[in-house]
Amino acid sequence: MGSQGGWGQSKEFLDLVKSIGEARSKAEEDRIVLSEIETLKRRIAEPDVPRRRMKEYIIRLVYVEMLGHDASFGYIHAVKMTHDDSLSLKRTGYLAVTLFLNEDHDLIILIVNTIQKDLRSDNYLVVCAALTAVCRLINEETIPAVLPQIVELLGHPKEAIRKKAVMALHRFYQRAPGSVSHLISNFRKRLCDNDPGVMGATLCPLFDLITADPSSYKDLVMSFVSILKQVAEKRLPKSYDYHQMPAPFIQIKLLKILALLGSGDKQASEQMYTILSDIFRKGESTSNIGNAILYQCICCVSSIYPNTKSLEAAADATSKFLKSDNHNLRYMGIDALGRLIKINPEIAEEHQLAVIDCLEDPDDTLKRKTFELLYKMTKSTNVEVIVDRMIDYMININDHHYKTEIASRCVELAEQYAPSNHWFIQTMNKVFEHAGDLVNVRVAHNLMRLIAEGFGEDDEGADSQLRSSAVESYLRILGEPKLPSVFLQVICWVLGEYGTMDGKCSASYIIGKLCDVAEAHANDDTVKAYATTAIMKIFAYEIAAGRKVEMLPECQALIDELSASHSTDLQQRAYELQALMGLDVHAVESVMPLDASCEDIEVDRSLPFLSSFVQQSLEKGARPYISESEQSGMSHVNIFRSQDLHEVSGHTLRFEAYQLPKPAPPASAPIAFAPPTDLVPVSDPTYARDIQPPPKVPSSLDALSADVGVRLRLEGVQKKWGKPTYSSSAASSSSSTSQKTVNGATHLDGVGSMSAQARDNLYDSRRQQVEVSAEKQKLAASLFGASSSKNEKKPSSHKTIKGSAGNVEKPTTMVKAVTSSEPTEKTSVPPPPDLLDLGEPAPETKPSVDPFQQLEGLLGPAPVQSTPDSSVVAGPREPDLMALYSDIPMTNLSGTSTNPTATNFYAVSKNPQGATNVSTLKKGPNPQDSLEKDALARQVGVTPSGKNPNLFRDLFG
Amino acid sequence: MGIRFVLLVNKQGQTRLAQYYEYLTLDERRALEGEIVRKCLARTEHQCSFVEHRNYKVVYRRYASLFFLVGVDNDENELAILEFIHLLVETMDRHFGNVCELDIMFHLEKAHFMLEEMVMNGCIVETNKQNILTPIQLMDKTS
Repeated sequence: MGSQGGWGQSKEFLDLVKSIGEARSKAEEDRIVLSEIETLKRRIAEPDVPRRRMKEYIIRLVYVEMLGHDASFGYIHAVKMTHDDSLSLKRTGYLAVTLFLNEDHDLIILIVNTIQKDLRSDNYLVVCAALTAVCRLINEETIPAVLPQIVELLGHPKEAIRKKAVMALHRFYQRAPGSVSHLISNFRKRLCDNDPGVMGATLCPLFDLITADPSSYKDLVMSFVSILKQVAEKRLPKSYDYHQMPAPFIQIKLLKILALLGSGDKQASEQMYTILSDIFRKGESTSNIGNAILYQCICCVSSIYPNTKSLEAAADATSKFLKSDNHNLRYMGIDALGRLIKINPEIAEEHQLAVIDCLEDPDDTLKRKTFELLYKMTKSTNVEVIVDRMIDYMININDHHYKTEIASRCVELAEQYAPSNHWFIQTMNKVFEHAGDLVNVRVAHNLMRLIAEGFGEDDEGADSQLRSSAVESYLRILGEPKLPSVFLQVICWVLGEYGTMDGKCSASYIIGKLCDVAEAHANDDTVKAYATTAIMKIFAYEIAAGRKVEMLPECQALIDELSASHSTDLQQRAYELQALMGLDVHAVESVMPLDASCEDIEVDRSLPFLSSFVQQSLEKGARPYISESEQSGMSHVNIFRSQDLHEVSGHTLRFEAYQLPKPAPPASAPIAFAPPTDLVPVSDPTYARDIQPPPKVPSSLDALSADVGVRLRLEGVQKKWGKPTYSSSAASSSSSTSQKTVNGATHLDGVGSMSAQARDNLYDSRRQQVEVSAEKQKLAASLFGASSSKNEKKPSSHKTIKGSAGNVEKPTTMVKAVTSSEPTEKTSVPPPPDLLDLGEPAPETKPSVDPFQQLEGLLGPAPVQSTPDSSVVAGPREPDLMALYSDIPMTNLSGTSTNPTATNFYAVSKNPQGATNVSTLKKGPNPQDSLEKDALARQVGVTPSGKNPNLFRDLFG
Repeated sequence: MGIRFVLLVNKQGQTRLAQYYEYLTLDERRALEGEIVRKCLARTEHQCSFVEHRNYKVVYRRYASLFFLVGVDNDENELAILEFIHLLVETMDRHFGNVCELDIMFHLEKAHFMLEEMVMNGCIVETNKQNILTPIQLMDKTS
């Protein structure tokens, strides 16, 4: 306490610190700081400020920033202070600079010179100060400026300097691994440094290096083991002890490294067993630090090749943690248990009660950790209990981040282990109801798909039962206030498809409900669009069934409102609905066949119907179409070159910046710009179609349905450029709606937010995961396959007490049930749904590689390859494209019915072609080819990935 | 990376020292400090000393009026971090002698220097109190 004022600090500084310390509220503190800023601005700019005084100003600046205010006006003075000769001032300057600036700040360049000079200093403290600054301030571009000096300092006689030099290299490795790749051997050398401090510091870079590539460092296993042994045997100087524990932080780091090196490597692991059991044996479980080491040992044991003896020791230590009264230890115990059950699920058995205690503990941290453990233990026999628990918990928390995570985990577990479709739907309903805005849209589409496809077996009875139970539950849920948009979309779609199917509800009842939905969510265009299309479907079924449907007044009101909507999509839906009402039974049947959402749509991608139009245009002098491969081939040359340039010249100016943006997606443009005169001949059929609602597409190929097929595709593509609202338009045609919408959305993701390469990486990593999982499954099956039988339970038993522990309360049974051949690792297999939007419904036969090849095709480099792919993959063909396109300008001009597809398309096509668009009609590329290309692009949107089929295969066994 | 930040706040939630090992803007820092300080200060003695926050964890420990909060990656050993905090306090104690909030406030730069010796690039590099304090003592002597 006596230190205030005793260190040559000015009264002003003392007053400032005191007043900040005495501030009773944030507002008061802010007031003090703001007036301090004013004072400092004046003082710091005064001429000839004494250096000591300046140091004080700098520290006051640090206070200003620490308390959340901008002190950038003084940055330059901090930079200047680094030049000072006095060590204390210099170091304060460096400190302030590292606190104020990030490594890419403009002022950094002014410091590099000082750092270089200081690295050469005779005073080792100056060198240390400079090295500390190096770790914070040197960015990738300035690394070469100091690197040689730092390498030299690795051999400095002073251990403090060697240590900091190692850390500087570590920093460079973190920042730009390539910059020090030739210096890796130095780390190995420093591992054998005489000074324990240098050795300990060297473990940090080695840990990173080994994480990245364990196989290159297997030769060091013996060294690490012997270092650990020496440390554990107290061979290090006493000054490294912490609470009588020899260098515990070094021990922990070593154990982490050993865990990496021994993972899946029997030979390496065998070298570790002795030292691990030594540490367990000596383990001191009365102090925190002793337990910290024990915990790290458990982590290590669970990571390396399993060994019975050390596993037993680890299990013992874990059970001590779990039995403790100390919350921290129980937390560590739950975590440790989660690691150990991966190797031996039976370990969980004896801790059932402890786990349940933690689950019910009021401490949120402990509860979450326990949910994490349960998540790892989930399998088909206990999924119901666990997911129910998770949902209960999810409902009661507000933390969005965690709510999202737990919701996606519920979805993941339900998709993977659902015992019945009925349960799955109920579970999804709950998740949607309470966290609908937080889960991925993909989940909604999966749900729709599940309801549409049913069991996938030929059990129509069960399917329709499933659907009517879904309809029933949705009609009930609709009464609830504040349902998330995504959930409402699902509800509308299901009601539209199956609302009247079982005859329990009348058409007008369902229509009334749907009108209510549309009315209640006046601001949500997507929901309104779903509702409108659902109404249309109900009408279509009624007409097809020969029943007379009366138009409810609220429905008429809705149609009137939407016909005048600002959203062209909603307008179109309204007009389509009206048009459908006027059609006769046959037309309606082919336009909107009953329950055809799972039918395939076939598209003839060679577009033969266009030939005459093409011919005509060519005769009128239009320019022949340049094939896609030629076009994109050219653009790709550019791109590769610019990429090269970037890699090579990281330090120079990038002149390419404006050329970089993605290659124009296959230009579907030209045709859209056809001036009306040219279009007139073709546009005739369009008018007819204009008044027709988007028909449901039967698999047979009449021109009408093909047109719709085309429209659907277009939407998929459009979303790439258009506003997200258009996603709703996919719903306008009933059949295969969900599929298309999803695809559209994915497409958007793929092109809009991710480069093809990033996606490739993503995909690769996913594939790796899948491979690993297969391996782990096998391992797990052989490891504890035997025990699986005794706890097996029929999945149908809902929430009944399971397993042998009948006397224990319900939740304990899930602990019990762990021991099945379904390994816990499996839960980690499916990648997080958010990342991989690829998960749209997918026919199972598809080779999973396709989406990327196709994406590539879309982006340019290999369109030719992707063409056959896509044709194989997504059978649909689109014969009547031209009719659709020709309709575009017509509708625009006439303004009668604004086709959203068309208008949007028009806008889109401007992008690639720029100013030339008006003239393209005459000399533009061959429309047929470009349409073909467009179709290809759309195919990409349709191409599914191979992920969900697995999920569903799991679901249905 | 390991350690992402070290924060000292008093029981009114006022920041007394802040060191970040990844760059955050002023606004980000202010938001983060507000959020986690609120979370940690609301907890009782009987609860865990760990709080999960977004994609990392905060390990905290209270000494009289001061809270020490350390943000770490998810795979970090929480107990070890808890003891690291104690080591930091012991080190400050050795230097200031019965360290208190005001000592840190009046010698903010020294508290930072100690931390600089102990943690680099988000890793714990030095735990030997003598090694940590020697440079600071030498500096005091020469100045």
